[in-house]
Amino acid sequence: MAPETQAVAIAPEHGLLHHHFDDLEQQREATGLGMWLFLATEAMMFGGLFLAYTLYRWMLPESFAVGSKHLNIALGTGNTFVLLFSSLTMAMAVHAAATKNRRTMVLFLMVTWVLGAVFLGVKAVEWTADYHEGLVPAVSWHYFGEHPEQVSLLARHGEGPNHVMMYFVLYFCMTGLHAIHMVIGLLMVGIMILMGARGAFTQGNDQPVELVGLYWHFVDIIWIFLFPLLYLIVGFHSLGGH
Amino acid sequence: MSQLASGTHASTATEQHGHHIVPLAVYYRVFAALMVLLVLTLFAATFDLGPLNVVIALTIACAKALLVVLYFMHVRYSHKLVWVFGGAAILWLGILFAYTIGDYISRGWLPIAGR
Repeated sequence: MAPETQAVAIAPEHGLLHHHFDDLEQQREATGLGMWLFLATEAMMFGGLFLAYTLYRWMLPESFAVGSKHLNIALGTGNTFVLLFSSLTMAMAVHAAATKNRRTMVLFLMVTWVLGAVFLGVKAVEWTADYHEGLVPAVSWHYFGEHPEQVSLLARHGEGPNHVMMYFVLYFCMTGLHAIHMVIGLLMVGIMILMGARGAFTQGNDQPVELVGLYWHFVDIIWIFLFPLLYLIVGFHSLGGH
Repeated sequence: MSQLASGTHASTATEQHGHHIVPLAVYYRVFAALMVLLVLTLFAATFDLGPLNVVIALTIACAKALLVVLYFMHVRYSHKLVWVFGGAAILWLGILFAYTIGDYISRGWLPIAGR
């Protein structure tokens, strides 16, 4: 019960232990749970958008199919690969931190950072193409003015260009919120690289890297769902008359 | 926890103050599985299966997410409280979806007096 006894018990790494925890294991679990609680609130935030998507796609199936047709599946697939690969390199950086391997950790964090930057670069290319096509609601929306045949196709299903706009509103909100998370992820990984290079996480205090890793994987999971929902509504078969 | 540590070469540093270190070989296998699932998603999108397309796509997405959560995010090796926190997120998402969709689907089912 005496505090001195506990202080002796954790002596080797006592500098890491905050006074309100019994031992490092309890501190580690509590800190990890804090991150999981944050990720649960993040899931709620994205959940609202996924719910709006579900309802509008159910109400406006043809408009969502037409909208999805305008996305570049090749770029979307490439970005999915890039993010999944970055999750692997992030997991390897966390592993290197846990096994106190500073150089390997910094290397894999840098690879992760570059992959994240590539993802955002491809996203920028896609958004620029949407802008020039006239498919950005409220900013550059003139595609259907130039394609009356698409309007009559929609009209056969009782839908119209404004319904396709709903798809693109959700597309930009969902990929935009995801991209904001990627930017924050890049900032965090960047800080991890700078601090980690000076040995901040490879002397027994590797948990910050693990927590940033959890965030990175979470953002990856959001994209795992965004990719099929936004890009693959119609897939590679033609827009049918059904 | 130790029965889960069936890894190959990383057993030297498996238990450090209470947290599990997943062997790298597990990460490689998970990544390979994720790649297979990505190809599978694209392959499924080449067929016109009507409403089944989105069901298949989301099933594959859930499988991918599960792999990331269990292995990359270490939940398989984590404290049971982590399972509770993650489960709570899914439960509350379920409530959000079930009640809102239930509302939208059932609108107009009952006659409204005076209309």
